[in-house]
Amino acid sequence: MSTFSAPAMELTPKPSYAADGAQLLEVSMGPQHPSTHGVFRMDVALDGETVVKLKPIFGYLHRNHEKLGEDQSYIASMPYTDRLDYFCSMTNNWAYALAVEKLAGIVVPERAEYLRVITAELTRLQNHTSLVGFLMQDMGASGTPLMYAFREREKILDLFESLSGARMMCNYMRFGGCRVDLPKGWQQQAQSVVDAYPKFLDEFEALLTSNEILMARTQGVGALSSELAIAAGITGPMLRASGVNYDLRKVDAYGIYDRFQFRVPLGDHGDVYDRCMVRLLEMRESLEILKQALRDLPEGPIQDPKTKVRNFKPKPGEAYGRIEAPKGELGFYLISDGSANPYRFRVRPPSLINLTILEDLCLGRNIADVVIILGSVDIVMGEVDR
Amino acid sequence: MLGVGVLKGLVETARNFFGSYVSEERLTTLQYPEETSPRIEASRSFPFLVYDGSDWQQGMRCVSCQICEKECPPKCIFIEKSPDKKPDAVGKMQFYPAKFDIDISVCMSCQICVEVCPFDAIKMDVDYNLSATNRFSDLLLDKERLSKSNEYYHEIHPTEAASVDADLAAAREKAAPKPAAPATAAVQTAGTGGAAS
Amino acid sequence: MSLESLKERLEAKTGCKLEIVENPSVSAQHSLLVQAKDAVAVATLLRDDEGYNYCSNVTGVDRPAREVSEKVKVMKLVEGVETEVEETQKRMTAAYLEVVYHLFSMTKHKYMVVLRMRTLDREARVHLPSLTPVWRSAEFQEREVYDLYGVLFNGHPDLRRILMWDEFEDFPMRRDYVEPDDYEYEPTAHDAVLRKTNAHWAEAGEGEVGQ
Repeated sequence: MSTFSAPAMELTPKPSYAADGAQLLEVSMGPQHPSTHGVFRMDVALDGETVVKLKPIFGYLHRNHEKLGEDQSYIASMPYTDRLDYFCSMTNNWAYALAVEKLAGIVVPERAEYLRVITAELTRLQNHTSLVGFLMQDMGASGTPLMYAFREREKILDLFESLSGARMMCNYMRFGGCRVDLPKGWQQQAQSVVDAYPKFLDEFEALLTSNEILMARTQGVGALSSELAIAAGITGPMLRASGVNYDLRKVDAYGIYDRFQFRVPLGDHGDVYDRCMVRLLEMRESLEILKQALRDLPEGPIQDPKTKVRNFKPKPGEAYGRIEAPKGELGFYLISDGSANPYRFRVRPPSLINLTILEDLCLGRNIADVVIILGSVDIVMGEVDR
Repeated sequence: MLGVGVLKGLVETARNFFGSYVSEERLTTLQYPEETSPRIEASRSFPFLVYDGSDWQQGMRCVSCQICEKECPPKCIFIEKSPDKKPDAVGKMQFYPAKFDIDISVCMSCQICVEVCPFDAIKMDVDYNLSATNRFSDLLLDKERLSKSNEYYHEIHPTEAASVDADLAAAREKAAPKPAAPATAAVQTAGTGGAAS
Repeated sequence: MSLESLKERLEAKTGCKLEIVENPSVSAQHSLLVQAKDAVAVATLLRDDEGYNYCSNVTGVDRPAREVSEKVKVMKLVEGVETEVEETQKRMTAAYLEVVYHLFSMTKHKYMVVLRMRTLDREARVHLPSLTPVWRSAEFQEREVYDLYGVLFNGHPDLRRILMWDEFEDFPMRRDYVEPDDYEYEPTAHDAVLRKTNAHWAEAGEGEVGQ
């Protein structure tokens, strides 16, 4: 037990006042609020309807994932990573597997790399589809866009289920490869989903992008400058909507991403509308990658034969592995002391760090804008609180 | 012109609404529980123990090696070794579990127990209608409730079960005693007799 | 761009002493250890002159004192003759908390620098300079390191607990953290859970219960 305790912080702030002397209205938004995408709370101070202070409060879903990781073997953490960002278990698996592979120097067979790209891009597709649906829901388009999005997402989840056995908690990747090979007919099924997707995207865009109400509601709202985005370590579609060309699939070219032709969509203003558009465009690029990957998928082993599932003990050292998850840069930092459990297991959660600038984006906006700004950040509390 | 975008969107919703009467692709809902979606072969819910033959106690493949107990991430498996031995699926004399409990209210269906099992004894079930009123008496599955036959396994995961059976047959072949050793041969037939399915 | 040349450049510009911490794993991600007093100057230089404008990841690491045995050669009188003898000596390593920063550049290049800072001990002298003024992205992550490890960041704009509740007292990620006795009946208790169960019943005066 540590004997040291930190100096007491002032917990209850004094009532705050607006410039004209009127007392501000303090609103505790959340944790059980339908627009906060989970149990997330914001302490908001309002002058009329205008936000003058906003402090995000976390921890309602905190389960000390990192301590759990330190208390068990390397492989036992794999199913727990599914539960970080429960929309994108495939990319979480990949990020963790990548960090361990860097730590232990494991080479992944060709076919497994392709399978990883295919599953990760499908994950990106379904994450962005449902995020745009959720964002519309936040704006008041009750149901319709979200249900269309979920209809398409379901097809991808079916693919995941027939591959890994689970729709969301896939637990599919292993150190040095993937757990199972494609079942019979999977590739054709995936191909037909990929072929049919552009039609859905066309319809989705017709439904949304030229809608005057949507434009009035999102354009110019929550604008994020590229300087602030870089300084605050914003990653993923949110960063690219601000015009910074930084996509780890291009920068790091982890896995085999250097083999695929795809473009990185960039926004201009960094507002909610741009974030939404960047995601819609990114889905089209994901489809391009998927087409190439499904076409080039080679035959061969899917698992490095030298890597064991049990009694896996990497040599002492440390490694930081990161990938471009649908929400941003997802990194795992592992320190090994040579035993079966990691000495330190750190998750770099994109959702949490993307919330750093939430207050900056919301100050001076209406309370109703807070909801869509938060929606456009794309958070999953399982990952924010860990 | 103002309103064109809204109209375009309304055309889209109308197309989806009327399309749902004619196109399978647009009508994706099912009248659950009367209708259910077709089962996907690889899907998994919770683990079960496979036995060969008709007697679940005699045909139990599990040899109580306790690897799954050790590797289970949320530690929901509890195994107690038997005092005596019985022939396993291959025919070797092995321990068997005197007690094998899985707390499926803790289990997170990660399938790691299946992966680490060297004896193909634990597999994933597909049953998801598992609501119960008591957390301990209903959701703590004991050895008897966990045991399901190899036929059932073939029914739910045919491809996987076929390859497991082929592997086991090869192992039996390999373990089959030379004709010069009659004492073990008797045990062998007893072991494989039950596993002929 | 090697770490050595970067180290030399930084040392020449700030006049401080840096140390390279070797990483023995195949990832070969070696890191720079910086003294707490020079950290802000080095970080600012890294951001402005070297292009590391993106601080990706901030990690706290707990390093309690542990016993290491090493072989030392000592001169000893063996049967009247002074000879060199190898002897195993045991010593305790220094205890400290460590904060690791993973730095990248979003616009200039794709190299990574790992920056480490260490506190003097784990109890009272746990102050380190905050790098939030240099990289805003460290704001929540340094709060998290404070929350879970108890490192006090001087100059952090809003150093409060982030994941645990404000009234919580200990630091749960430290390796010697003792979990509260929140015993619940578990039907499948073994290993760590069984130890916890037994500890709970021993405290309650009921003796140990087996499963």
